[in-house]
Amino acid sequence: MTAWTDAVSMEPVLAVVAGVLTAAAVYLMLSRNLVRFLFGLMLLSNAVNIVIFASGRLTLVAPPLIPGDAVAPAATVANALPQALILTAIVIGFGLLSFVMVLVWRAYVSLGTVDTDAMREAEPVEEDADPPPGDPASVPSPARGS
Amino acid sequence: MGEAATTANPAAPGADAPASAAWRLLAVVPLAALIGFVSLLPAITAGETLSVGWAWVPGLDVRLSFYVDGLSLLFALLISGIGFFIFLYAGSYLGRHPRFGRFSIYLLAFMGSMLGLVLADNIITLFVFWELTTLTSYLLIGFDHTQAKARRNALQALLVTGIGGLALLAGLILMAIVGGSFELSQLIAQGDAIREHALHLPILILVLAGAFTKSAQFPFHFWLPNAMAAPTPVSAYLHSATMVKAGVYLLARMHPALGDSDWWTWTLLIAGAVTAVWASLLAIRQSDLKLMLAYTTLMALGTLVMFLGAENYYAIAAAVTFILVHSFYKAALFMVVGIIDHEAGTREIDRLGGLRGALPITFAAALAAAFSMAGFPPFLGFIGKELKYEGALAISEAPIFMTTAAVTANALMVAVALVVVIRPFLGTRPDLPKVPHEAPVAMWLGPVVLAACGIIFGVAPGAIGNALVDPTVEAILYSPQNIELKLWHGINLPLALSVVTVTLGAFFFVMRRRLIRWTGAWLDFVRITGDAAYDRAVAAMMAFAAWQTDLLQGGRQRIYLATTLITFIVLVGGTLIAFGGVAMPAAWPSAPLPVWGIAALIVAGALATTQMRSRIGALAAVGSAGTGVALLFLAFGAPDVAMTQFMIETLSVVIAALILPRLPAMAGRGHPGRHGRLRDAAIAVACGTVVTLLVIAVTAGPFDRSLTGFFEIASVPDAFGRNIVNVILVDFRAIDTFGEIAVVAIAGLASVALIRQTMTSRRDR
Repeated sequence: MTAWTDAVSMEPVLAVVAGVLTAAAVYLMLSRNLVRFLFGLMLLSNAVNIVIFASGRLTLVAPPLIPGDAVAPAATVANALPQALILTAIVIGFGLLSFVMVLVWRAYVSLGTVDTDAMREAEPVEEDADPPPGDPASVPSPARGS
Repeated sequence: MGEAATTANPAAPGADAPASAAWRLLAVVPLAALIGFVSLLPAITAGETLSVGWAWVPGLDVRLSFYVDGLSLLFALLISGIGFFIFLYAGSYLGRHPRFGRFSIYLLAFMGSMLGLVLADNIITLFVFWELTTLTSYLLIGFDHTQAKARRNALQALLVTGIGGLALLAGLILMAIVGGSFELSQLIAQGDAIREHALHLPILILVLAGAFTKSAQFPFHFWLPNAMAAPTPVSAYLHSATMVKAGVYLLARMHPALGDSDWWTWTLLIAGAVTAVWASLLAIRQSDLKLMLAYTTLMALGTLVMFLGAENYYAIAAAVTFILVHSFYKAALFMVVGIIDHEAGTREIDRLGGLRGALPITFAAALAAAFSMAGFPPFLGFIGKELKYEGALAISEAPIFMTTAAVTANALMVAVALVVVIRPFLGTRPDLPKVPHEAPVAMWLGPVVLAACGIIFGVAPGAIGNALVDPTVEAILYSPQNIELKLWHGINLPLALSVVTVTLGAFFFVMRRRLIRWTGAWLDFVRITGDAAYDRAVAAMMAFAAWQTDLLQGGRQRIYLATTLITFIVLVGGTLIAFGGVAMPAAWPSAPLPVWGIAALIVAGALATTQMRSRIGALAAVGSAGTGVALLFLAFGAPDVAMTQFMIETLSVVIAALILPRLPAMAGRGHPGRHGRLRDAAIAVACGTVVTLLVIAVTAGPFDRSLTGFFEIASVPDAFGRNIVNVILVDFRAIDTFGEIAVVAIAGLASVALIRQTMTSRRDR
């Protein structure tokens, strides 16, 4: 067990892992293909959880448990607080992910595409082509009467 | 700048709106206010000041408080008194307009805001009313909202005065910080402290920006003539006694606190003089009577600003008297122009003439008002003009400059006054668009009474001298004064200057055509038009808004996401760099071999996901990364988290396996653009680097474990649990966990709803 407990400065390792996970997630999410976006989202919640976990400092193989004959942990145990936060985050992340997956499927059924560049229902491309007809105001004014 | 005036069509065809008569009754409101303010006059004359206030936002020293001294009362009397006649006048002028009710409410709201502004004691109260006058005047100027020009000019007034209002707010707050109080009545008592403070100049600049935009001083003068797009009753009210005088009021109010410094004196002298002379030159060029009056309003505002720059009491008394003089004659003349427009169908001076027979009462009122404007004895305008010359000669800074400016502007006023009386009323009557008849009583009553005020107070100046002018001058100079208004001062230099003024004015009147030609050539050469600068500024702002909206919100999901991510990189990364947070770990990263192995698994899984072309391959890669994360939790003493992660990872893969086959295959990586992949990879690497640096910076710092320590000690005695993580979740943070369960339940319900709806829509198809 000495090899485990002697180890110091493990946080930078997790920092790099979180960074790589974030980079991969962001790259996938910047794709116009929503399927790739979904994979990015999965990776991103893992990245965030590791950030929270490492910020609470790391302790090897010592779960935050209290022995039956004591009222407090005997030795230094892992930080319980980030674990509780991450448990919540994992579950919430799952709720979000499953909803988004169904939403992407629904969007595909409705729009026939998973290409976000083609999803312009809310902001159609033609929107700013011509000013609305009937308004004689040629002045640069955002306020259109009535 | 001088555009062709479009004649408003006040009398819209159709019967009286049934509610119109009721709306006309609103005139009793200003009348009641006038009576109320007159009843305060004895106390103010006796040298008292009154104040009343309520707590508004006590934590911020904001009070709804009001303060009445000579200065506030002078303005309050003018606002309510002229307001009464304007309401009467508007009832006839616009009574048949289908939206007359709306107009009356706007006008009433404007009057209330204006009264609040001149009576406010707390600076935040002052600012709120200041902005309310801006907003309500916007509604009034743009009342004829089917006209593009009215909308544009209303917006211009709103923007110019609104931006000035913001500057004013900043200046007032700085002043409150320096003076240690939010009440004007306290601040004006601390003139010396404010003048000597390092923030004096910033305060002065900000407050003057507010006053100069509101009172249309050069170079912000352009919005005022454009505001003539408003119906004539509005112009008569806004540009005689109210809206544009708000800036003058502010300068007068601030005189004890900010005046008596070189910056104050020279800025006001120069801006006022330039505005006065420039505007009176432009006034004489106009062919539309209403525009001509608009430019003379600018001239009056410039003169007032110029005299408020001075310290000597003649100059201040001249300003106060001129506020009265100008309000009387300008409101009267605007209403006269409205009557002419109404009765003759035009206000172009070249098409008018010989109206004296058809409009005898209006003619009499116009004659008296114009003579007061020209400063002929025995009108109040004469007294005002004599005081101006005395004040200008007595100023220590630049008596010659100021006197020259005053004489030039006044001479041009004489010429304009002659134009206003002679051109429409005398001579022979040309063919007019309409056959003129004398206006109804409600319309001529205002001009007649106000013009009469100009004579009565001119003949008996003592009546207002002691009652109103004295207390006002005292309020502005913040020391007791006793001035005697007299019609005849004996033969002295001011009288000689008056003779010069009248002679010069008559000369200008005779030479008007040549003057127009001469100034026209000069204006073509100079080309200072604030209006064009305003248009360019607005166009530039709109272009910038369109450009940055296109850039940041281009309607593509990945652009929005990239914007958010780059913001994150710049803000978090920038903060790290700026505050020296970029640190190398204290020791070379070291960990047991299994940890390195798990880390390698996660990294490989994440990188593989980005490279996979098939959905199943990508899913397998994501799953292996997720499993690696679970192993990591297990290695660092978090078995509960690891178990949850395993279960959730499995569930996610199951759901993904159900959904993914229903989606199209991943054709290509989807990073459009020539260097699309490179660009997106750069953003991704930057994000990852910022996250890594952030975690290193956080973990390199000191660590406060006290919260965890509390949970470790309290778990058994308080919550009877030995698994600390579980105790935190179900006991100490139970409400949080409950919320989490609710979120998952709602996400599940929403998913079910989406699935069922999709199924139904498919079956129907």
